[in-house]
Amino acid sequence: MRIRPVGAYALLIDCDGPEQVEAWRAELWRRRAAGELSAVEIVPAAATVLVDGVPDRAAAAARIAGWSPEHVETTAGTAEVRVPTVYDGADLPTVAEHWGVDVPAVVERLRRTEFRVAFCGFAPGFAYLTGLPAGLAVPRLAAPRTRVPAGSVALAGPYAGIYPTASPGGWLLVGRTDLDLFDVRADPPARLTPGTRVRLVAA
Amino acid sequence: MIEVLRASALTTVQDQGRPGWAHLGVPRSGALDPAALRLANRLVGNPEHAAGLEITLTGAELRFTRAVTVALTGAEVDLLVEHPPGGARPAERRPGDLGRPLSLPAGATLRVGPARAGVRSWLAVSGGIAVEPVLGSRATDTLSGLGPPPLRDGDRLPVGTPTGPPAPVDLTVAPGVPAELRLALHPGPRQDWFTPAALDLLFGTAYAISPASNRVGARLVGAALPRAVAGELPSEGLVLGAVQVPPDGQPLIFLADHPTTGGYPVIGVVEDVTPLAQARPGTTVTFHGPQR
Repeated sequence: MRIRPVGAYALLIDCDGPEQVEAWRAELWRRRAAGELSAVEIVPAAATVLVDGVPDRAAAAARIAGWSPEHVETTAGTAEVRVPTVYDGADLPTVAEHWGVDVPAVVERLRRTEFRVAFCGFAPGFAYLTGLPAGLAVPRLAAPRTRVPAGSVALAGPYAGIYPTASPGGWLLVGRTDLDLFDVRADPPARLTPGTRVRLVAA
Repeated sequence: MIEVLRASALTTVQDQGRPGWAHLGVPRSGALDPAALRLANRLVGNPEHAAGLEITLTGAELRFTRAVTVALTGAEVDLLVEHPPGGARPAERRPGDLGRPLSLPAGATLRVGPARAGVRSWLAVSGGIAVEPVLGSRATDTLSGLGPPPLRDGDRLPVGTPTGPPAPVDLTVAPGVPAELRLALHPGPRQDWFTPAALDLLFGTAYAISPASNRVGARLVGAALPRAVAGELPSEGLVLGAVQVPPDGQPLIFLADHPTTGGYPVIGVVEDVTPLAQARPGTTVTFHGPQR
């Protein structure tokens, strides 16, 4: 773990992998809720946690350096979000080729995997889901589609993701869901928040 | 109610944005110069977080169905007030009215002329623009599409109830629009992804604002910044003012509608991005260290 300054008001915690990201994310959210850390944003990502909008950057870095994320409540006991998925994506054969299996085996693997939201980004409510073995990482399309429909379930790199709204996108499409993933009237507005466990069950 | 007679190139509803949702992929958004909008709000007696209009470059034309107080801050523009037909007063040009409260009778039309210098103006209206808030903010986010869409000719915008008297102000001092921007830059967090020469170039050469700039980011054109580390950086959280360097080496400074995470390395962070709100394409930008 290493803490890097970011501008005048933020810190970036460099982590040794996604488990440490999740541990620090949970620890920092807990510390903020307990009034021990003042920060406007705490943003987990692939290998870092950004702490933005701290009143005193150096003081915050010193405090965080003295904390350990080991005593954190894990999300293991929390409810899992089941995403009803129709597995008919146009890129299933491509994924099967990369994985060296047939299409039914791809679907079976995706249905069986316990995913977890590592972080959100790209669009409001777009969650990067980890859980697939690193060896199954797939490349993005060489030329992104100009429009991917809302609810598309897709893969890129080591992640799975679901497009909350229609947008351009270069991920490999494996299926689709009707589940509403981002609703500004809901609290929280995103269905899949960092730390949430997710299963892409057959619709 | 405000009737939008001419919305021009890009006029959006803006306030102080929607902080606190970046972990869900929601950008902060809000006025590109939050202090300029806060000033306009104070001038008309609004709370500082009230929503106003951000008007870009080519001006706008608005009619107010009831008597209001308005104030405009930001770029150098001409204001023309046209009183309602049948009234005794003709249209009047009000060159001294930037940064001052201006009371308009019901039915008056306000013409905001094209910017003579700078790019963006912020218009506050007593009572504030009362469109439905989204996640606590009325800001239009041009990246994610949250908030009201950019204004179009013929739109009608609700105005809230005034909560305080306009400020008793004779004069506010506008900072003016510099021909060249000097921005304080903190190196990092990923300067180690670049050769030592890259920071020398960034601090030692002039860049120009590209016409491809928008509310998401100010794109710069100049010396390409050479990378020391090849390959891809895993996506990480981004802050306002982050200077991200894509593979072509041309830096981009993130502004209010920036994405919450990104995968290109950030060589440094600009301490105050608000001057960029007024930077026209071609404006020269130079960087200096945070200690000056």
